[in-house]
Amino acid sequence: MITLNINGKDVQLDAAEDMPILWALRDIVHLTGTKFGCGMALCGACTVHLDGQAIRSCVTPIAAAVGKKISTIEHMQNDKVGQAVQAAWSAVDVVQCGYCQSGQIMAATALLTSNQKPTDEDIDAAMSGNICRCGTYPRIRAAIHEAANKLA
Amino acid sequence: MNSHLNISRRTFIKATALAVGGLVIAFSTPNAKRFLLPGIANANASEEGKKLPTPNAFLRVGTDNTLTVMLAHSEMGQSIWTTLPMLIAEELDADWSKIKVMHAPAAPEYIHTAYGIQITGGSSTTWSEFDRYRQAGALTRALLVSAAANKLGVAVESLKTENGFVISGDTKISYGDLAEAAAKLETPKTVTLKAPKDWKIIGKATKRLDGPEKINGTAMFGQDVHFDGLMTAMVARSPVFGGTVKSFDASASKKIKGVHQVLQVPSGVAVIADNYWAAKQGRDALKVEWDLGKNASLDSKAMLVEFRKLANTQGLTAASMGDIKTAAAKASKTLEAEYSLPYLAHSPMEPLNCTVKISKDACEIWTGTQMPGTDQQAAAKILGLKPEQVTMHTLFLGGGFGRRANPAADFVSEAVQVAKAAGVPVKTVWSREDDVKGGYYRPMYLHKAKIGVDAKGLPVAWEHVAVGQSIMLGTPFEAYQIKDGVDATSVEGVADSPYVKGTPNHHVSLHTPKIGVPVLWWRSVGHSHSAFVMESLIDELAHAAGRDSLDYRRQILKDHPRHLAALNLAAEKSGWGKPLAKGVFRGIAVHESFGSFVTQVAEVSVDKGVVKVHRMVCAIDCGLSVNPDSLKAQMESSISFGLGAAMQSEVTFKDGMVQQSNFHDYKVMRMNEMPKVEVYIVQSTEKMGGVGEPGLPPVAPAVTNAIFAATGKRIRTLPIGDQLV
Ligand code: FES
Ligand code: FES
Repeated sequence: MITLNINGKDVQLDAAEDMPILWALRDIVHLTGTKFGCGMALCGACTVHLDGQAIRSCVTPIAAAVGKKISTIEHMQNDKVGQAVQAAWSAVDVVQCGYCQSGQIMAATALLTSNQKPTDEDIDAAMSGNICRCGTYPRIRAAIHEAANKLA
Repeated sequence: MNSHLNISRRTFIKATALAVGGLVIAFSTPNAKRFLLPGIANANASEEGKKLPTPNAFLRVGTDNTLTVMLAHSEMGQSIWTTLPMLIAEELDADWSKIKVMHAPAAPEYIHTAYGIQITGGSSTTWSEFDRYRQAGALTRALLVSAAANKLGVAVESLKTENGFVISGDTKISYGDLAEAAAKLETPKTVTLKAPKDWKIIGKATKRLDGPEKINGTAMFGQDVHFDGLMTAMVARSPVFGGTVKSFDASASKKIKGVHQVLQVPSGVAVIADNYWAAKQGRDALKVEWDLGKNASLDSKAMLVEFRKLANTQGLTAASMGDIKTAAAKASKTLEAEYSLPYLAHSPMEPLNCTVKISKDACEIWTGTQMPGTDQQAAAKILGLKPEQVTMHTLFLGGGFGRRANPAADFVSEAVQVAKAAGVPVKTVWSREDDVKGGYYRPMYLHKAKIGVDAKGLPVAWEHVAVGQSIMLGTPFEAYQIKDGVDATSVEGVADSPYVKGTPNHHVSLHTPKIGVPVLWWRSVGHSHSAFVMESLIDELAHAAGRDSLDYRRQILKDHPRHLAALNLAAEKSGWGKPLAKGVFRGIAVHESFGSFVTQVAEVSVDKGVVKVHRMVCAIDCGLSVNPDSLKAQMESSISFGLGAAMQSEVTFKDGMVQQSNFHDYKVMRMNEMPKVEVYIVQSTEKMGGVGEPGLPPVAPAVTNAIFAATGKRIRTLPIGDQLV
């Protein structure tokens, strides 16, 4: 048994230590907002926060999360920056198929938490690991600026 | 798929009360002339189509005032989850906040009005449902108004409707309160639709109804399906298409915790496990001996050589006019050029997956699909069931781009085979590697053109040979799409190009090599290669004539007002002809596809061979724009998808095997590469076209034409990659 802190709650899991956080979340805890896109830290669909840092949960074993706080898309409504990001996503009407968007929102929230006024270059640096096959990039960029303005 | 084609030609319109209470409108009208397929532009153009519509719509007015709209099409990002309800709500004067949306099941009622099967594709949803969904709204409104008139003892004509209420003077009755009474009434035989001037919703930028759940993580995709007892499977497939299992050793797999069964299925060896991680580890540990079969020597370089050889001879004629030989001999100059494009994977963000639960006389399937009816029939056949015994639950598609519309129902059939063999409910999932290597690609193409021009530099003889696999061959669409050996989708955008047709002497022909690579429509189908070729060639001709790219196109397209409208708007908004920042150059391209006309202007710089796209200006004439904001989103999306393919994406073969595997070597657009995008809509009352695909075809040539302007180097092979480095 491994104990993980997920969205503020301790959860006991019967899983191997090397199981990636992604699959523990999706297949054991059934928190399916976090998505699988590549399994190789190449697309960002699986982005969650580990102690506030954006990480790729598809390549991070649960052992690495013991004693730390995992926060997922399902928790963003309780996060001040997360709320602003979600509101901006709605205002700009960012989503298309929606599959990448949990990861985009988690990456954007981590960015805005550490950098209140990101420039376009900052956005490129923080968000280029998150692929959107639907090409919502211009709207993601606009929504990040919008959230930054609202948070200022 | 064929039982769907025999739907009753009898007209019937009926309203029925459901056990749950409320009003359900179901209607169908005689089968429309079956038009051809995605890829054939203007299928909606025919008056006959307007007279004989097929579609079926369902909506339910709940006694709690909810209005549930059933979608005959699948939501995969294109926003029909919002656009189709807009059509109903417009005529119904509905309270927009009360609208709920559901995917319809697979059933004859939901057959496409023009394509004759249940399909989301060909950028056709909005125009093909424009009348049906509005009629559904108008019929429902008529019933609710009649019910109110009866209740109040007043004339129908004295009533009006607004925001979910029937109003009589100071009295307001909600639709929900009228639903039960309305359900008992006879449905009117005719119905009048609003005049466009009275529209309040259609044409207005409207926020997505699926936005909230896609923002908070609760939206359900196929990948998210879960219920007690559900297992996860991954299938080891042959590394070469068409290969078969010789033998396998599952002993190491079975030692992995969570792996339950390892089974041979028609497509390979399935590992059935508790979850994805166990299934993946089980599959990694599996040892399979393959008989690689006859495709083990497939090689992209060799294919190109073969295609080139074929292109030296005429293929089967696709279009012909005048006397090409005589005209060519008289031409004052001749341009000869060869263009080629690679295989492309769709790689939707959500890898393929399909959940199957089989019981004695029934089967339930949960998946994201663009063709639920076809999948249903494929499943029924495998299981020896009738199609109606198979229930399809369509979830949100994490992208489709054509990959989830497979006439061969590949991922659904395989998942059914796996669940059947396992004897338990199974979700069969694909990894990204499975997706990139799994086939059903946009086929590789090579085009060769020889164009003779007159003294003014205008084309007088156009000889064009295309070489590439047929998408339609071997599918149920073959009969409609392949005429005299020519697959219309292989030459769309060439054989019907205004440049070719406007050339008094022309000949377009096609070679269709048979290669063991599964191919499929990929966002914009044949236009995904033909527009690159045609818009590059016309740029070459403009340059050879010493003319401005825009002026030259304007002259040749002078009798094509919709091309011109899109060209002129994009030119104006991009500041065509005006100075740019140092080192930045423009390229332009215009293309018609799926009934819409799109111009893209690219602003590009090339620094030490590295191409950077700074800005894309797009103008579209698609006729009426039902939801201008989702139309703009589709243009943004097409630009991103098209740029990825133009710049970096390709699937290649060596020793029969796909050389790419994941997003590090099958490269797609990322945030830092995405240019600024501006989208402008031509105010148009012309026939409605599509918007999901038409933005894409002119993207690549706009960029490569800008590269030519910047460097004098003509890119004739995609992707651009590091050709300039
Ligand atoms: S699934 Fe983790 S980065 Fe793609
Ligand atoms: S919204 Fe579809 S992949 Fe991003």
